[in-house]
Amino acid sequence: MNAEVRAIKTPAEQALTSAYQDARAALPGKGNVAVLRDEAFNRFEATGLPHRRVEEWKYTDLRALMRDALPLAAPADAAAKVKAKDAGKVFASVDCRRLVFVDGGFMPELSDLSAEPGLTIGSMAAALGKGDPLVAAHVGKVFETDDAAVALNTALMGDGAVIHIAAGTVLARTIHLVFASGETPSSSFIRSLIVVEKGAQAVIAESHESNASQVNCALELVIGDGAQVDYFKATQTRGLHVASLLLTVGAKAAFNTFALSSDASLVRNQSFVRFAGEGSTGALRGVNLLRGKDHVDTTMLIEHAAGHCASREQFKSVLDDQGHNVFQGKIVVKPHAQKTDTKMMTRALLLSDEAEADNKPELEIFADDVVCGHGATAGALDPGLKFYLMSRGIDDKQAEALLIQAFIGETIEEVAHEGFRDALMTAALSWLESRA
Amino acid sequence: MSLLEIKNLHVEVEDKKILNGLTLTIEKGQVAAIMGPNGSGKSTLSYVLAGKDAYNITEGDILLDGESILELAPDERAAKGIFLAFQYPVEVPGVATMTFLRTALNAQRKLRGEPEFSTPDFIKMVRETSAKLGVSQEHLRRAVNVGFSGGEKKRNEILQMAILQPRLAILDETDSGLDIDALKTVSEGVNRLRSPERSMIVITHYQRLLNYIVPDVVHVMSKGRVVKSGGKELALELEAKGYAQYADEAA
Ligand SMILES: Nc1ncnc2c1ncn2[C@@H]1O[C@H](COP(=O)(O)OP(=O)(O)O)[C@@H](O)[C@H]1O
Ligand SMILES: [Mg+2]
Repeated sequence: MNAEVRAIKTPAEQALTSAYQDARAALPGKGNVAVLRDEAFNRFEATGLPHRRVEEWKYTDLRALMRDALPLAAPADAAAKVKAKDAGKVFASVDCRRLVFVDGGFMPELSDLSAEPGLTIGSMAAALGKGDPLVAAHVGKVFETDDAAVALNTALMGDGAVIHIAAGTVLARTIHLVFASGETPSSSFIRSLIVVEKGAQAVIAESHESNASQVNCALELVIGDGAQVDYFKATQTRGLHVASLLLTVGAKAAFNTFALSSDASLVRNQSFVRFAGEGSTGALRGVNLLRGKDHVDTTMLIEHAAGHCASREQFKSVLDDQGHNVFQGKIVVKPHAQKTDTKMMTRALLLSDEAEADNKPELEIFADDVVCGHGATAGALDPGLKFYLMSRGIDDKQAEALLIQAFIGETIEEVAHEGFRDALMTAALSWLESRA
Repeated sequence: MSLLEIKNLHVEVEDKKILNGLTLTIEKGQVAAIMGPNGSGKSTLSYVLAGKDAYNITEGDILLDGESILELAPDERAAKGIFLAFQYPVEVPGVATMTFLRTALNAQRKLRGEPEFSTPDFIKMVRETSAKLGVSQEHLRRAVNVGFSGGEKKRNEILQMAILQPRLAILDETDSGLDIDALKTVSEGVNRLRSPERSMIVITHYQRLLNYIVPDVVHVMSKGRVVKSGGKELALELEAKGYAQYADEAA
């Protein structure tokens, strides 16, 4: 290994190294899986935790932010399982098949495993353990990246969901992956794989709640030719939450993702998306609501490797107190990806002088016949609008709430799925109502 | 007691003096026209009455029912019955007109200690009121003022006034941007609201509006003060002679 040898490791890095060494033999999967883990761990070891001099992590210096690495989560106890029944409220208004995880571990007894034609559900730990061919074919391969957080996830992946939706299946029920946490703060490395085969259609949601735990989760999502996927993620975590979405989409397919973070203290939502087949459309949207010292980082790499695809990225953030929102969006259009059409838009609404919004759009275009646009704004509420509302008798706070609601509503309204649109709006409104 | 007394009001914006010792009294039930050249401070007066905070009041007072309102926020003034129909109504993207109207009306009623409107009663009331002003149901479904022409926005302002039923309505150049038919409809709407319990300040540049909304008194403003007051014939005189003489008087 020719990477620079780092003399000094932070306490968190040391803890992660010993966690890996201690857990290595017991982690699920032998043979190729063990090799995959070792390689990933070596990649992580070479660079350590990402820090501000790593361009992609410039605004979220994990090395500085992670004072220590918490011990790997122990199996869920009875109390945690009881509590997990109430988790995932954010999407409770939508009729979903709940698959429940506590500190990353799959809880079949809390999950709805009733049969549905074309749908196969399993746990990642079990699949890794038995050398499941679907996992062997895809895990670590959906979007290869050197990212240190993904490497760490691959090295230590414990459990997660493995979902297969057979070709042509139109999933009748939405799947909700409910990630709950126990009382004891711990660290967990969750790895999920969802394969939506050719022509299939699915709506999948994921919700995360935790106390002070450290969660590193990664989802590999394979969207086949002509398939349609809507994916929603809600993050309401008080610890450290690093999530990676690794997505590949085939030809003539369509997907929409929406991420809501509200009252989440330290979040990194990173997406790696590849348009691998022609004629597909994809939209990534999200709303981040921050207050106190909340830090939410949305970073994405969108790779247009095939032509005639359209992507839309639209993110809004509302920042109170000392909230810090980061948006980094990089769009790469490969040489043969002609007729690519992308539009990226981010807007931050600053409710306090101490809040900070960093925006970094990047375009790398190697094809000549493309339309790529981006825009970013950051600013306070318009005092003229606020005065207009107040002059009609609406008080200060309510006027602000109406304007903030309108601001984020513009993005939430784009969600075609009515149930999730309402659930996301309700969650955003409850954040607004709890503003002092 | 007079409804509104403005006493020796001095107002600055960014160190620029705009109102310069303005004194004006509005009686209950009175319709007062304020006329004056562009830049004389008419809109500034309307904003200061409504409580916009960009203005620095260096001297004087504004009394409503004999009590100073200078310390009151715009919403508190609205609850006391002050309504400003803006010269340039603001577009509020993403806020549905019905939500806006209901929130405003119920907020005012709550501040006054009155019961809120029930949703069916509210919808019925808005339907009736908007029909009279020629505002369609489709318009009510849009976001506040978004996608409306200048004239339609002015009409929306009068609709809001009709719904909120203020005690003191300030109409800032409501006639500008209206064609003759719209002017008639809007004036009829305003005239329907005339009552011994409701006063109005009708700010206009042109005498034309005052053919439809006939004022009880006319005040002429120039350079931040009232320089002449008289009956409705004063408006005709201004129309004939122009504002030049008053500019001199105020100098
Ligand atoms: N926010 C402001 N900043 C600076 N000058 C202003 C501001 N508002 C009004 N003015 C100035 O004050 C004067 C009066 O304006 P305005 O009240 O709009 O007059 P009117 O409505 O009679 O035409 C004008 O000279 C205008 O340029
Ligand atoms: Mg004016």
